[in-house]
Amino acid sequence: MSVNKLNYILQLADNALIIGHRISEWCGHGPILEQDIAITNTALDHLGQARSLFQYAASLYNELPAEERAAIAPNLNIAADQIADEDTFPYHRDAWDFRNVQLLEQDNKDWAYTVARSFFYDQFTVLHYTALRSSTDATVAAIAEKSLKEAKYHLKWSSEWVIRLGDGTEESHARMQEAINELWAYTGELFMASEADTAMLAEGVATALDKIKTDWFTNVYAILSEATLAMPDANAWMHAGGKTGTHTEHMGFILTELQYVQRAYPNMTW
Amino acid sequence: MSQEWPLWEVFIRSKTGLDHKHVGSLHAADAAMAMENARDVYTRRMEGVSIWVVESKHIHASNPDEADSMYDPANDKVYRHPTFYVLPKEVEYM
Repeated sequence: MSVNKLNYILQLADNALIIGHRISEWCGHGPILEQDIAITNTALDHLGQARSLFQYAASLYNELPAEERAAIAPNLNIAADQIADEDTFPYHRDAWDFRNVQLLEQDNKDWAYTVARSFFYDQFTVLHYTALRSSTDATVAAIAEKSLKEAKYHLKWSSEWVIRLGDGTEESHARMQEAINELWAYTGELFMASEADTAMLAEGVATALDKIKTDWFTNVYAILSEATLAMPDANAWMHAGGKTGTHTEHMGFILTELQYVQRAYPNMTW
Repeated sequence: MSQEWPLWEVFIRSKTGLDHKHVGSLHAADAAMAMENARDVYTRRMEGVSIWVVESKHIHASNPDEADSMYDPANDKVYRHPTFYVLPKEVEYM
């Protein structure tokens, strides 16, 4: 057990939480009733994955030797004598302690942006969870196994919308292409290894991100081609930093809403 | 032309071996989307293991105004029910 492992699990958990929260903002606002239900189902899938991962993160934190726990407690914005549970990490940390990639905190903007963000992430999670099924950590492997089924359906849904809008009307094509182009610079971070990624790869807990990258490009290209959309430049400049706590301005706004109740009424339950 | 997506009827098989039952309808742009919408709207509480969707316009329904001539004549044809056979005791439920 190590701080690197905790940070690694928090990377996975924060990704699931933040995309789930972003997508949940569509609840009650979907373009048609059926898609409103579909996207809300998906949000709940992501939140379910986040819960499993946060529960695991909490148990890892609680197992740390007291001095190690005390050393990282301020970084996690947790009281040194506090035992963590699944709510500790989502509700008690500030933006710079979150380890999700910046892609997932980006605005919903419109249906095309929402679909593009999910599409890039779903293409990643299907490959990622597939690989993580053979993680040396039994809990990670089990969560990956369960999450993969959901991720495959998410990918089917987002891919079909990319194709439908890309190969649709002149306007839907233009807006889908714009969303793909604008979010492209946030995709590189998915494949950049953080310190926690590298340490966990050495232990066989994590999987090699550069191996996934090749398949990700092939699969993304296949769908974009079918959608008559242009693939952005593979060597374009990419944003980075989310995995180590550097976030875009959106993150603060997300947490303001997500954590409002806990911040206004600390430790309240219902 | 209408801007609304066409209406689809959804049939769900609740478990293997049972028949598909009509559960409701939804809007979708095409069959692929209708299938996904049906999955998300009608099977999210473990209601089924198989889905059929059919565009509502392909369903031909009987006319309620003709109910008198369509169904009432069957009312006094008791001999169409197999109720006049004497069943052996061993066949308890039939």
